[in-house]
Amino acid sequence: MYVVGANGAGKTSLLRMVCGLSPIEAGDILWNGTPIHDQRDAYHQDLCYLGHLNALQESMTVNENLHFCAALGGHALQKQAANEVLVRFGLPGRGPQLVRHLSQGQKRRVALSRLALSPARLWVLDEPFVAMDDTGVRLLADLVAAHLAHGGLAVLTSHQLVDIGAVAPQVLTLRA
Amino acid sequence: MTTLPLKKLALGGVMRAALKREIALALRQKGEVLTPLVFFVVIASLFPLGVGPESALLLRMAPGVLWVSALLAAMLSLQRLFAMDYADGSLEQMALSPTPLGLLVVAKALSHFLLSGLPLVLMAPVLGLQFGMEGRSLGILMLTLLLGTPTLSLIGSIGAALTLGVRGAGVLLSLLILPLYIPVLIFGAGAVEADAAGLGVGGHLSLLTALLVLSVFFAPLATTAALRISLE
Repeated sequence: MYVVGANGAGKTSLLRMVCGLSPIEAGDILWNGTPIHDQRDAYHQDLCYLGHLNALQESMTVNENLHFCAALGGHALQKQAANEVLVRFGLPGRGPQLVRHLSQGQKRRVALSRLALSPARLWVLDEPFVAMDDTGVRLLADLVAAHLAHGGLAVLTSHQLVDIGAVAPQVLTLRA
Repeated sequence: MTTLPLKKLALGGVMRAALKREIALALRQKGEVLTPLVFFVVIASLFPLGVGPESALLLRMAPGVLWVSALLAAMLSLQRLFAMDYADGSLEQMALSPTPLGLLVVAKALSHFLLSGLPLVLMAPVLGLQFGMEGRSLGILMLTLLLGTPTLSLIGSIGAALTLGVRGAGVLLSLLILPLYIPVLIFGAGAVEADAAGLGVGGHLSLLTALLVLSVFFAPLATTAALRISLE
């Protein structure tokens, strides 16, 4: 599902509510029929959120960041898997480099590689295409398409409607 | 294609990973580890300069002075307990991960103790000698600090979580946290004084342990709640 709207229309707020980060004033957010606030741990098992911030520690290496991300999700990441993912995201051999030494777009790619390492069924992505070059956008679109093809859900905000592929996305337009 | 084979990690493994990360991060900014320690040494050394070299007076003051200095030094590094993770979005990821946030809070408090509290414990006897303290008193001072500083880290994590993203967080943090440190200070410094006066220290040590146990249980809960509010 694409969430579109002008700046300040409330896209990010909506996404943060969907994740359970922000409180909701009215109504309920249900996952598998249960309000998310009543089943936080189970819901988080199924959720992968990527916000405006990359959530990467600048003074740690790419590999350390990925390993910790995986650990947070309750998984031990094998070196080989990490390398494969980095290759897929166009960052071969960047594993031992400090995140601080990467460019903005490369950092975004590392942040997005978290998606490939996450078994979560629901992806909530806030402006995932920002700071990405054309190949990066294509890569992410393919990743989302594959996720959807495997029965996953994705909610993303974007200013440009990138063609995801086979599935026609729902579009939710917010007006301030 | 999206999921690669992943090996499950038990909660203990997650906690170990979190602890390893905290310590690695801190060791990459050595200045931040050393600052509290240097601060401790400087503050404790200022007192003899300020009140004069009269050894009986200094000896009498030593436990209190050392404990207050240690308390302030431990507080110095509290502010950055969550600040970096808050700034770069890692804290959001921690809050949204299937790992209980309380567990990550414990890992952070533990690393704060290891990197701020433990060096103070080890440095204290050196400073105690400056005040003319004897071997037995030094031992008790170290023991009380060893029991007290983890409590300081745990209670401090509540304040650090509450003041996240607030302007002038440092001052606010001290105002919030220092009153809560009072019991630890009283029983910590009290134990050394009681021993010097020839009284038993068992009671003081039991109370310090009780405070530690209480904060191990309640502080992560309070900190988790505070973090969720700060992240809204």
